[in-house]
Amino acid sequence: MPQISQLAATYFSQIFWMLVFFGMTFFVVGRGMVPKVMATMADRNQRIAGDLAAAQAARDAAEAEQGAWAETEAHQRAQAHDLIAAAKHQAAVATQGRLAEATTRIEAQISAAEAQILAARNAALGEIELVAAEAAQDIALRVAGLAVSADDARGAVKGHIAHG
Amino acid sequence: MAAEAKVDPMHQFTIEPLFGSDWAIAGHNVAFTNSSLWMALSTLVLMLFVAGGLRREVVPGRWQMAVESFAGFIETMLVSNVGPNGKKYVPYIFSLFMFILFANFLGLMPLGLVGIHPFTFTSHFTATGVLSVMSFAIVLIVGFAKHKFHFFSLFVPHGTPALMIPPIFVVELISFLVRPFSLGLRLFVAMMAGHVLLEVLSSFVITGGNASPLLFAVASVPSFLLMVGICALEILVAGIQAYVFALLTCVYLNDAENLH
Repeated sequence: MPQISQLAATYFSQIFWMLVFFGMTFFVVGRGMVPKVMATMADRNQRIAGDLAAAQAARDAAEAEQGAWAETEAHQRAQAHDLIAAAKHQAAVATQGRLAEATTRIEAQISAAEAQILAARNAALGEIELVAAEAAQDIALRVAGLAVSADDARGAVKGHIAHG
Repeated sequence: MAAEAKVDPMHQFTIEPLFGSDWAIAGHNVAFTNSSLWMALSTLVLMLFVAGGLRREVVPGRWQMAVESFAGFIETMLVSNVGPNGKKYVPYIFSLFMFILFANFLGLMPLGLVGIHPFTFTSHFTATGVLSVMSFAIVLIVGFAKHKFHFFSLFVPHGTPALMIPPIFVVELISFLVRPFSLGLRLFVAMMAGHVLLEVLSSFVITGGNASPLLFAVASVPSFLLMVGICALEILVAGIQAYVFALLTCVYLNDAENLH
């Protein structure tokens, strides 16, 4: 077993060169290169995390924008509703006013017409009285040979018309 | 061929000086051996691998992705075992894991086909011991620097009855002190066992083939098929042992960082 049989002759050389080459490995690779490799990895991870954060921020901003837009839309919609309701109300009020005006005018016309009719009727009644009185006067003269005065005839006719 | 049919399964672990046999530090020989060469190769290949993934692009290519997967894997392991303040150990655990992983894999490479003999230095406890003692030392330094003498409360689990504290303390202390040995020996044993097994099976293939066609059919062919399977298993073990070493170091670091 050379490990033991050569121990006395080689142990110092083994330990010495081991320390030399492991020392080289440690200082050149471990201390020199590994931190750079780790830094590269850390940079990359940081960059990925940064990109993800930026993407999340952009997403949040877009969502906030969308929310704001939805709010504005709802607001504008409500405004539009109010506007329409006000217009409807105004139109209804105007219609009502014009209707009332028209009604008044029509009523005035009706009452004027009724008054006219009444006057005409009265006039017609007067005319009929006069004609009836004349006819009664004439009938009395021809049938009974009585000369009835116009006033009497009118009085008699009036009484008849009044009684129906 | 028949003369050298005897295969020594342990020969692959022999350390041979390549040059600098007379180099010495404080009287100790520090020859550059085949073991040192494969340590150097592991370091070099690991450097090339990580440097290739150092393009720092936002959208990584395959190579960069591979290196980043390893780094992320180590970071996840530390965060899940030690917590967020375990991240500062990523350079050490990454070096440890990758160095062991590349050493194990390079030792398994079928380079014998082109005449190069791969050497797995993680099959030497002198090599794995350096790593385990280093991990253990870091645990001790961090533990005492962070908790001062309160670190000894690690050896007294919560809810221990007063009467039981002395024996429990001794048991826990022993189990703590055994850690560097178990850490280093586990890797060494696992790597050595696999390589010995492959070598023994290959000696069956060679001796069977040299002996007779019948023995070749009965012993060599099944041994060869088994070798193919064990090679796959060894690749798995190479990864698992590197992972276990790094994971246990994380667990021990957790003790040092957070006590219990």
